[in-house]
Amino acid sequence: MIKVQHLTKYYGDFLAVDDLSFDIQEGHVYGFLGPNGAGKTTTMNMMTGCLSASAGSVTVGGYDIFEDAHEAKRLIGYLPEQPPLYMNETPAEYLRFVGEAKGLRGEELTRQINQVIEQVRIGEVRGRRIAALSKGYKQRVGIAQALLGSPKVIILDEPTVGLDPIQIIEIRDLIKELGREHTVIFSSHILSEVQAICDQILIIAHGHLAAFDTPDRLEQSLLSGNEIHFTAEAGADEVRELLAGLEHISDLRLEEPEAGRVSASLKTDSRDLYDLSRSLFFAFAERGRPLLELNLKKASLEDIFLELTGPAAGASDAPEEHQEQEEEEKQA
Amino acid sequence: MIAVWKHELRSYFHSFTAYVFGAFLLAIVGFGAMLYNLQAAVSNFEYVLSFGSIVFVVIVPILTMRVIAEERRQRTDQLLYSLPITTTQVVLGKYAALLVVYLIPLALISLYPLLFAQFGDVYLPTSYGSLFAIFLMGAALVAVGVFLSSLTENQGLAAGISIAVILFNYYSVSLSEYVSSTSFGSIVALAVLILALGALIRYLTKNENLAYAVALVLLAALCLAAYLNAESFEGLLPAIMKQLSLFERFQTFVSGVFDLTAIVYYLSVITFFLFLSVQSLEKRRYN
Repeated sequence: MIKVQHLTKYYGDFLAVDDLSFDIQEGHVYGFLGPNGAGKTTTMNMMTGCLSASAGSVTVGGYDIFEDAHEAKRLIGYLPEQPPLYMNETPAEYLRFVGEAKGLRGEELTRQINQVIEQVRIGEVRGRRIAALSKGYKQRVGIAQALLGSPKVIILDEPTVGLDPIQIIEIRDLIKELGREHTVIFSSHILSEVQAICDQILIIAHGHLAAFDTPDRLEQSLLSGNEIHFTAEAGADEVRELLAGLEHISDLRLEEPEAGRVSASLKTDSRDLYDLSRSLFFAFAERGRPLLELNLKKASLEDIFLELTGPAAGASDAPEEHQEQEEEEKQA
Repeated sequence: MIAVWKHELRSYFHSFTAYVFGAFLLAIVGFGAMLYNLQAAVSNFEYVLSFGSIVFVVIVPILTMRVIAEERRQRTDQLLYSLPITTTQVVLGKYAALLVVYLIPLALISLYPLLFAQFGDVYLPTSYGSLFAIFLMGAALVAVGVFLSSLTENQGLAAGISIAVILFNYYSVSLSEYVSSTSFGSIVALAVLILALGALIRYLTKNENLAYAVALVLLAALCLAAYLNAESFEGLLPAIMKQLSLFERFQTFVSGVFDLTAIVYYLSVITFFLFLSVQSLEKRRYN
């Protein structure tokens, strides 16, 4: 549906978006996740034709957003971070203007206005001035304008920012509803929100696409891996020997607080943590070495997010030697 | 474009803008008609228009100050960029709405000559020729106002700059008598104008190379022309100031001459400033 290729944006000398490429398929809810200043809004503005790109292209339904802007924009409904509302108008007047600008006329225009008003539930305020509406209602009016013209893709930039908890839940439910009929892309820096609503997550950090997958698969394919901590009645050498026979283990750290007792922590890229803990249990049992403690730590989406978007991720351009040196220091 | 036009028109009549603009124009022309046509019993309605033309210094900025600046301030320009309409359609829609707001009081004013003709000998061709000219002059000033509104998101600043520019244009003929008419003075003034043009190109395109190239080529041409024939620059600056004055060209119509070159000039000014307005809006997208 949307094809983003090598999208790059410079503000003067500052690189805001760096060679971003991804495909958006029809019929999913996509979450744009990233800390403030990661490049989410800039990317969305370029995807909707509001901002030019320094390099790269965006095609929507096969139409280039910059070359065939008219056709491409017909397929997109966009709600910027700050809803673009004319405060002196009523929602009905505002939606009429947007509908007309999207090429709707006569009965079709009236039908669609009534439909979106019902869909976003702003019927009771349709005749009030927008300036007098609550932030939640203003956000809904903004979403309503994006829905006019039945665009295939709805792009919402941080639609829950500044709302109270009840309004946030209402807007999230609305986004889920929209996801049944449209392809929805929405940005947020709230992990739980993206996890709860989205089929696919794009994590953007420092202008890069740091990850793009389903929430479950992102959790499974952790960069740092899941962790297992255990304490056993055994010597350090014996533990090393036992673990050498097991697969999917890395980053082993051993401590021997007292003679004959070892506390260990290890990382694993195994997709099934229980499978590995079972193997670990039997390996020690066969040796007659009791496991006194066994803890599994499954990494959450939050861990991935912090790892991908943290300062360390931004320093990914550092020379390899320097990184190796850091790793050695860690191991030491 | 029609959607933007209807939307703008509705917003002008929702707010006081259209009414204030119309009231000022009708008041000053009504006052002029009372002075010239009723008290002094002069049958030339064009004198009234000439007298009233000073009001454009105030009412055009009132009308145009919010036209694009307000879109930027409340971030609705993002909506316009994301809709399937071009920036040219946006600017033309807004401009057409401004013209309608301007034409409504002008339509009422256009009844005055006919009314006065019932009671005296009014030469209608000059009256209506001047009315047509004041329409075009106002339309050109509105185009300038639209462009100045596109440069900032502060309505007050847009209005202030518009008043200064229109006031300068109004008095440029009088001021031309006080500026240097020597070759050197004209050359310096032209050089300053070229540098200003370079700055404008740089602002609109963010392309420093293009701005420097245009400015350097024009400065080189100016130096060459000055070197070859410096005498031809004598009196050029006052002449340019007179030629650029929109108000001065209107006086030709008041004198009873239907000046086609003035009409072409007004249309050129309209086209030029609307083009600049489109570029100014596009520039924001290409920031």
